[in-house]
Amino acid sequence: MLFLKYKVIIVLFFTENQPFTTQKMLDKNGIAKRIAQELKDGYYVNLGIGIPTLVANYIPEGMNVVLQSENGLLGIGPFPTDADVDADLVNAGKQTITMVKGSALFSSSDSFAMIRGEHVDLTILGAMEVSENGDIANWKIPGKMVKGMGGAMDLVASAKNIIVAMQHVNKAGESKLLKKCDLPLTGIGCVKKIVTELAVLEVLTEGGFKLLERAPGVSVEEIQKATEGKLIIEGEIPEMKL
Amino acid sequence: MINKVITDLDAAIAQIQDGAILMLGGFGLCGIPENCISALLRSGVKNLTCISNNAGVDEFGIGLMLKTKQVKKMIASYVGENAEFERQLLCGELEVELLPQGTLAERIRAGGAGIPAFFTPAGVGTEVAIGKETRDFYGKTYLMEYWLRADFALVKAWKGDTAGNLIFKGTARNFNPMMATAGKITIAEVEELVPVGELDPNHIHTAGIYVQHIYQGKDYEKRIEQRTITK
Repeated sequence: MLFLKYKVIIVLFFTENQPFTTQKMLDKNGIAKRIAQELKDGYYVNLGIGIPTLVANYIPEGMNVVLQSENGLLGIGPFPTDADVDADLVNAGKQTITMVKGSALFSSSDSFAMIRGEHVDLTILGAMEVSENGDIANWKIPGKMVKGMGGAMDLVASAKNIIVAMQHVNKAGESKLLKKCDLPLTGIGCVKKIVTELAVLEVLTEGGFKLLERAPGVSVEEIQKATEGKLIIEGEIPEMKL
Repeated sequence: MINKVITDLDAAIAQIQDGAILMLGGFGLCGIPENCISALLRSGVKNLTCISNNAGVDEFGIGLMLKTKQVKKMIASYVGENAEFERQLLCGELEVELLPQGTLAERIRAGGAGIPAFFTPAGVGTEVAIGKETRDFYGKTYLMEYWLRADFALVKAWKGDTAGNLIFKGTARNFNPMMATAGKITIAEVEELVPVGELDPNHIHTAGIYVQHIYQGKDYEKRIEQRTITK
C-alpha cells in the first residue's frame, strides 16, 4: 500500500541478472506466498508496492485480514472490473481498487495516526538494503534517484512488526543483507524479519541475521555466500513449506 | 448562513501574489483541485512554494505548473511520477523539501489546529533528522517538527454547500481536510454545490468555518495514474 518508489525497486529486483541462477530459488510470488504464512486472523496489515502487494493474493481462506492503504482506506478489495473503475478510489500505488464490505475511509492524517499510533499489526515492505542491526534503506540513491520516502519512514518508525520482502542480492550481484547500510536510511533498528528468494531470516536484537528457513533446494552455503552481514546458523535449517 | 460562493475563480486566484505559499490537496492525481490549478496556470503567478503530497505528472496536476516554471519550491513526500520535476531538481532550478508522508500530514494538521510543533518518531536516525531537535519520551527518540501554514489552501471536495461545508468521496479525501484548516484563505472547489440545508450535518467532513470561498467546479477530468482492472 505504500510508496511508489518500490515500483522502481521491484523493477530492478526482477530484471537483474541473478548471480545465483538456479531454478530452485523462489520467484516473487513464492516470496509473497511465504510471507502470507506470517499473517494472523484479525491482523490489520499495510502492504508496500511490489512483492508485498502480491501477499494479498495468498491470504489463507477464511482468515480475516484487513489491508490498510496509507492514502486513507482500511479494507482494500480486489482491482475493479472495467465498469467499476472509480478515479476517486486508488491505493498508495495510485492503482484503481475496490473496497471490501466494512471498509472505512479517512484522511491522510488519520491514516498516519493509525500507523504511528501502532494500531497496524504488520507492515510488509521492500528494501534496497537491510543491515544486521535492522536498519533499512529504501528511498534514495544519491545522485541517481530522488523520488521521496512517501510513508515509509512513518511506517518503519512505528510498526511493531516489520517484514522486508526483497531479493537477497542487487543487480551487481552484491549482497543486500549488510553489516551496515551504504544508502541513506529510511529507519533504524526496525526490521524484524526478511524473506528473500533464498531464505527467511530473523534480525536479532543483539545484531545478526538468524537463518530460519531455506528456499526449497537452496543450500546454507548459497545463503552464506549471498549474505555480507553476520549470518547466524544454528542446527539444521529447515526448508520453507510452501 | 454566510454565503461563500464564488463564480469567478480567476478573480479569487488573482488574490495570490508572486512568492505565495500554497497548499494543494490530492494524493497523486486523486482529489486534486483541477479547476484551481488551471486558474493558476492562467494567472501566471510565480515563485510559488507548493505544499502537496506529490508533484503531479508531467502532463497533469502540479506538473503543469512546473512546466511553466511557476513553482520555486516544492514541499512533498513523493515526487517519483514526474520527469520534469526530477530534471529541474537535479539542475538546481527547483528547491525541494521531502518529508515523511505522515509528518507532512501532521505538520499541516498542526498548522490548522494551532499546534506550533510536535514530536514524531518518523525520520529519527535518517537525513530527515539533520538539524532538527530530538527528545526522548518513554524510552524512545522522537524528532521535533513544526507546523505548516499556507497563504492559500486549494482543496477539492465531492459535495459542498454555500456555507462552505464539505464532503469528500473515497480516497480523494487524503490531504484535503487538513489543508482546508491550514490556509489563511481556503478555496474549495466541488463537483456538486448545493444550497445550505441540503447536506446532512452528520455527514460533513470539513466544517465551513475553514473555507473562505467555494466554487462549483467544471469539466473534471479525474485522470487515473494506474488504471488497474480485474479481467
